[in-house]
Amino acid sequence: MLVLFWTDVLIYLLVAMVVVFALYARRREHLRAPWREVGRSGVAMGSLVVLAFYVTIGLLDSIHFRPALQPDEEAGKREYAHEILSVFDWLVTPLRERTEKTYSAPFAANLYTKETVELADGRQRRQFPRLKYGARHLDDPATEKTADIVATGLSAAVKGVAVWGLICVMLIAALARKKQQTFRSVFTRMLSGATAVRWRSMLYTFAVLLVISFAAADLSMEYHILGTDKVGEDVFYQTLKSIRTGLVIGTLTTLVMLPFAMLLGIMAGYFGGWIDDVIQYLYTTLSSIPGVLLIAAAVLILQVYLDNHADRFSSIAERADLRLLFLCLILGVTSWTSLCRYLRGETLKLRDTDYIQAATALGVRQFTILTRHVAPNVMHIVLITVVLDFSALVLAEAVLSYVQIGVDPAMNSWGNMINSARLEMAREPIVWWSLFAAFLFMFSLVLAANLFSDALRDAFDPRLRREK
Amino acid sequence: MTAYIVRRLLYAIPILIGVNLLTFVLFFVINTPDDIARSQLGDRRVTAAAIDTWKRAHGYQKPLIYNENAQGLGKLTDTVLFNKSVRLFAFDFGRSDSGRDIGYDIGQRMWPSLAIAVPTLIVGILVNITFALLIALFRGTYIDFWGVVLCVILLSVSSLFYIIGGQYLLSKLFHLVPISGYDTGINATKFLILPVIVGVISGVGSGTRWYRTLFLEEIGKDYVRTARAKGLSEHVVLFRHVLRNALIPLLTGIVVVLPLLFMGSLIVESFFGVPGLGSYTIDGIQRQDFAIVRSMVFLGSVLYIIGLLLTDISYTLVDPRVRLR
Amino acid sequence: MHRLAVSVFCALISPASDALWNNPYPESQAKENVLYSSFSERPKHLDPVRSYSAGEYAFIAQIYEPPLQYHFLQRPYVLVPLTAVNMPRVTYIGADGEILAGDAPVTDIAFSEYEIRIQPGIRYQPHPALARNEHGEYIYHALSPAQIKQVHELGDFKHTGSRELTAMDYMYQIKRMANPRLHSPIAGVMAQYIVGFSELSERLETAQADLEDGAYLDLRRFRIAGVTIVDRYTYRIRIHGKYPQFLYWQAMPFFAPLPWEAERFYAQPGLRDKNITLDWYPIGTGPFMLTENNPNLRMVLARNPNFHGEKFPDVGEMGGHEDMLLADNGRPMPFLDRAVYSLEKESIPRWNKFLQGFYDNSGLTSDSFDQAIQFNPQGDATLTAQMGERGVRLSTAVATSIYYMGFNYLHPVLGGGSERARNLRHAISIAVDFEEFISIFRNGRGIAAHGPIPPGIFGHRQGQAGINPYVYDWVDGRARRKPLAVAKKLLREAGYANGIDNTTGKPLALHFEAIGSGPDEKARLNWMRKQFRKLGIQLIVRATDYNRFRDKMLKGKGEIFLWGWNADYPDPENFLFLLYGPNSKAKNNGENASNYARPEFDRLFAQMKNMDNGIERMRLIDEMVTIARRDAPWMWGFHPQDFSLHHAWVRNTKPNLMANNTLKYVRIDPELRAAKRGLWNQPVLWPLVLAGALLAISLIPAFVSFRRRERSTAL
Repeated sequence: MLVLFWTDVLIYLLVAMVVVFALYARRREHLRAPWREVGRSGVAMGSLVVLAFYVTIGLLDSIHFRPALQPDEEAGKREYAHEILSVFDWLVTPLRERTEKTYSAPFAANLYTKETVELADGRQRRQFPRLKYGARHLDDPATEKTADIVATGLSAAVKGVAVWGLICVMLIAALARKKQQTFRSVFTRMLSGATAVRWRSMLYTFAVLLVISFAAADLSMEYHILGTDKVGEDVFYQTLKSIRTGLVIGTLTTLVMLPFAMLLGIMAGYFGGWIDDVIQYLYTTLSSIPGVLLIAAAVLILQVYLDNHADRFSSIAERADLRLLFLCLILGVTSWTSLCRYLRGETLKLRDTDYIQAATALGVRQFTILTRHVAPNVMHIVLITVVLDFSALVLAEAVLSYVQIGVDPAMNSWGNMINSARLEMAREPIVWWSLFAAFLFMFSLVLAANLFSDALRDAFDPRLRREK
Repeated sequence: MTAYIVRRLLYAIPILIGVNLLTFVLFFVINTPDDIARSQLGDRRVTAAAIDTWKRAHGYQKPLIYNENAQGLGKLTDTVLFNKSVRLFAFDFGRSDSGRDIGYDIGQRMWPSLAIAVPTLIVGILVNITFALLIALFRGTYIDFWGVVLCVILLSVSSLFYIIGGQYLLSKLFHLVPISGYDTGINATKFLILPVIVGVISGVGSGTRWYRTLFLEEIGKDYVRTARAKGLSEHVVLFRHVLRNALIPLLTGIVVVLPLLFMGSLIVESFFGVPGLGSYTIDGIQRQDFAIVRSMVFLGSVLYIIGLLLTDISYTLVDPRVRLR
Repeated sequence: MHRLAVSVFCALISPASDALWNNPYPESQAKENVLYSSFSERPKHLDPVRSYSAGEYAFIAQIYEPPLQYHFLQRPYVLVPLTAVNMPRVTYIGADGEILAGDAPVTDIAFSEYEIRIQPGIRYQPHPALARNEHGEYIYHALSPAQIKQVHELGDFKHTGSRELTAMDYMYQIKRMANPRLHSPIAGVMAQYIVGFSELSERLETAQADLEDGAYLDLRRFRIAGVTIVDRYTYRIRIHGKYPQFLYWQAMPFFAPLPWEAERFYAQPGLRDKNITLDWYPIGTGPFMLTENNPNLRMVLARNPNFHGEKFPDVGEMGGHEDMLLADNGRPMPFLDRAVYSLEKESIPRWNKFLQGFYDNSGLTSDSFDQAIQFNPQGDATLTAQMGERGVRLSTAVATSIYYMGFNYLHPVLGGGSERARNLRHAISIAVDFEEFISIFRNGRGIAAHGPIPPGIFGHRQGQAGINPYVYDWVDGRARRKPLAVAKKLLREAGYANGIDNTTGKPLALHFEAIGSGPDEKARLNWMRKQFRKLGIQLIVRATDYNRFRDKMLKGKGEIFLWGWNADYPDPENFLFLLYGPNSKAKNNGENASNYARPEFDRLFAQMKNMDNGIERMRLIDEMVTIARRDAPWMWGFHPQDFSLHHAWVRNTKPNLMANNTLKYVRIDPELRAAKRGLWNQPVLWPLVLAGALLAISLIPAFVSFRRRERSTAL
């Protein structure tokens, strides 16, 4: 049974918008030009592949359903489980279900803590018991494990390279047909990096990602490749699940704030007068409240609402989702003011340009001027802000969760992972893998986003382009 | 000039009223005074009568916005809104829900916040300028490229990792500084080293990158070309001309954050156990002490508005072309 | 500028010869007779009539002295006199005022009267409220605004004074407890017992109706019928009926003395605005006094120069490191000059500072546990080799508390005395494996409970006689949780085979009322869901903050919840009353959170309540526990075990779960501490050197190419 979360709906709305925008931009040269420049940047295209990878996981994790329970023999009615799963959960079912008792290190065969085990002769001993799932297929992990890991990893890598090669060949063939060139010439140009779109760096990144994910997939079936946490949940699974949270915060926040920021910013700049005054008052007031405090207050409010209407939510996932959405909203409220200010400034400048003056003189309706002439010309500012905000928001999520005004603690997120990992740092021997996993995944996402947004800004900001 | 400042200050009043109303609505929707009373009275054996008494003692028994039973002006002043919010305008923060005088606490806790924030800002600016100049000097070389990449890497790491890592390495493994804590007077120095280092490092990525763009923008200008054509050596151009001119946008960008330094940093302070305003705010949030949070919101807004004002003034001071209207 | 940086750096490292870089305390204190400890949350109240939490008692129990205390060494817990000359004498009085014999039946006893005689010559700590000039007038009782303006903390008052403790001060405190403005948390309980308490409360309420909050009201003008002064050192408290547990209250700070001068002093307008209040600056007769009170940083207790003196007790159970305790036999206390408590909110720094020797003692979090504790083959907790090398010592004690998981007895599915509901509750009780809970979340620090009464309290039974036969079997001399199959069978009998409701065909979904939302909580909730999934029951977690949780419980809207209870005093009544019907939380705002009600149990409780410990009482308790186990309104949960660690230089740290005034017994060896700290905290310098070198190396190519370019532009 399909379950729709609020954030799911918005995510698909966002995807639809991106697709529409892409189709729209395809046919307009002035919009295509900066994108072409982005395409020429190797770093940007490599980052794009990484981002696409994250987005794929995030999207898979955004289709939720309730699995059917074992049907009752007599009644024959289909009953659905209370638990809500996503397609991604279903794909990685082994990862989700194979929980150990407590901590175990990455690739470990034994628990990280000693336990009293009753020996065959009735005596008790404290020792590190074997894991229920990790490295279960090995008889003597101490001697076989390294070899097994290397063998599994290598074979997975070979598979990855093979798949990659196949995709390369298909891509080159497709390109050759489209451009009506020989396979060979496309191949050599791609290899030398002389294509209009930097396919080379994309494919290299793709190769690395494929090899890593194949290896991770194969190894994670037999080991906990990033260890397990306090209650024995696989950390690799947790950090993959956290991807969706990070993406949702990074993208939906801007999605929900965009209409306000654009409408108000453009109106303030274009109409001026008392409208400008009111809008300026509004955003100065909002932006003068320290953001964290506003978020804290708002999250507390939501908590009260959720507590008072606990019956409306049949599951924690639903509640957590609403809290996530609300967090996006409130982050949007705190972040729309700066975009609004930029847009107002830019519109002020545009208002005095000749073509708008001309349009006004010709008696074009104001609404038309706004939508046809002003809005498209401030889009680059919107785009740059959106992309730049993305990484800041992903980082903010972690910090907010630390202050306990972030996402629901029941939700997987990097912030929650870091928050609990903080305590693990005090353990001796230290439990480092949760922190490491969160760091690794968060860092690569933010780094890719930052690199991509740099290229995007260079391409779209006309002032910088002139200087190059 | 004076007229301008006065006008700006007057303009701040409606904004502060807006902030105040907004926070008031937020905070009294969250928790009814009953909830506040219950959380403050402790968790065992709380009776309804005790809650009533507490509410009376703290002035929460009055109607929220409009008092029908009062006389004349009292209809508006004898309310929770007036007593808890309007007084903020006179910087009379009143008493926290747990009974302590907030104004006094703020006065006390301001100093540790400043003791961390000011050195972090100064050292941070110096370090950032140094790195940015270095990168600008070698623009177009491998140092430029890798420098920028390093900046992006540094700013892609969550600040939480810097704090956790710093504490782990410098305190736990190397025994170089105390892990956390604070002390008064000169004894505070050793507690400040680690937070300041962490603060500087976590800001170095974005700071350097920003300053680099400022410098490059300046380098692209005509007067630099002229100076170079005169045969001035590169470092003279950079230090004498570029740095000096780039300092204008740089310093005005800093002025706006100056007043907010008082507020301290929420996370650094609570991680390092520094009794500043940041950890005061966090405590307030976590204990749901609304009087404290309300006061801090108000204070933050006031400081922000002061920052904006200072920025405007500093623009006129450094750039005579800007005229204040 | 470079020179400046260098000199600052030198200033920082110059005392490196013997000083430790990471010492959070001033170097001058290194060898002083000072105990270093921490507190994680700023105490809310230090006023003895208001304070009711362990964190606050850690301070005020060292300062305020009630008439009685618990014996430091003796177990089971025994009350002994503290400021009293001997144990209070009780007289039972009939309805007509006649004096009854000690063994009179409970029903005949209308009043009990306790006569308490305190030692003469006890003096208060030096305090400005007691400061008087040569004419005997109080110096600081009429402060002018100008004087107040110069004062920021209590230490700013130059003069201090003291006076002798009298019986009046104890009476004054009882009146304060009755003052509704002070919201004493036990006022409700005391109103039931102390004669004239509620009347006084009402009179005080009306007397203060027009007074501003915090204004002074001279309680000496008011009478409380149940408390009388016999002479300067003797007073009597009369209570309704027979209530032997009343003596236990006499060992709590609620009944500590308070001089009226203090209230008079603190009530002066203006002092409150500076946070100078009785709630913040205590005044007592105890071995220590609070000399620095900065809850944002540290609190310091220093030896009270006027302390009346007390000798280290000389009876105790033997075993463990008792020999060390006995070495101090009969020596005058306290041993410490000062105790410094630093604010430490995070557990990581606290633990690390303990390891570095900057805190003298530490509790254990589950994260630091493995580093410190290991279990030997017999299953006893011992220190790890690493801790052993450092000379750390461990003390353990099963706390006189219980964490239980309650079912709401009013709930249509879970509650009620029907066979169906009982089977359901027993099935769940078997499925929720508290042994695993203890092992995962508390590292084994706790014992699974079989009933409401924790070990160490009268009425607890050990071994086979004490097991809960509905959840456990006695196998091989040990209690073993019944297998899951039994739980499944019970569930089927209840009509929920495999978690599907027979009548509706829908899966059974129950709600768990969770509190808080920390990262640890998430793991705990996952675990909890896993337990219910074993039976096919869907557990839906409703998480709220503690306030709302309480609200929900008050309205009886909860389903399943985890809550705990700490003993106020070591008596089974203090636990069994949690199941007493009339104490229902939803109906009467009592402490019976599961709203359990069974007439038989209630009848037995009323009977057992006022009895003295003995065979007859034991029999009644056994009967009650049996009924409760059968009805299973709680999954009995577990009794936590307190582990605490002490460094080798700390002596006399026997855990005492009832007594809070244990600081006076503690002795430390500062020389040993200084030596160990030096050993453990040598700064590691190579990373600094390495970092500097790396920076220099990375700058060389830059410098080289800079020179090259300089030259080329010059050309």
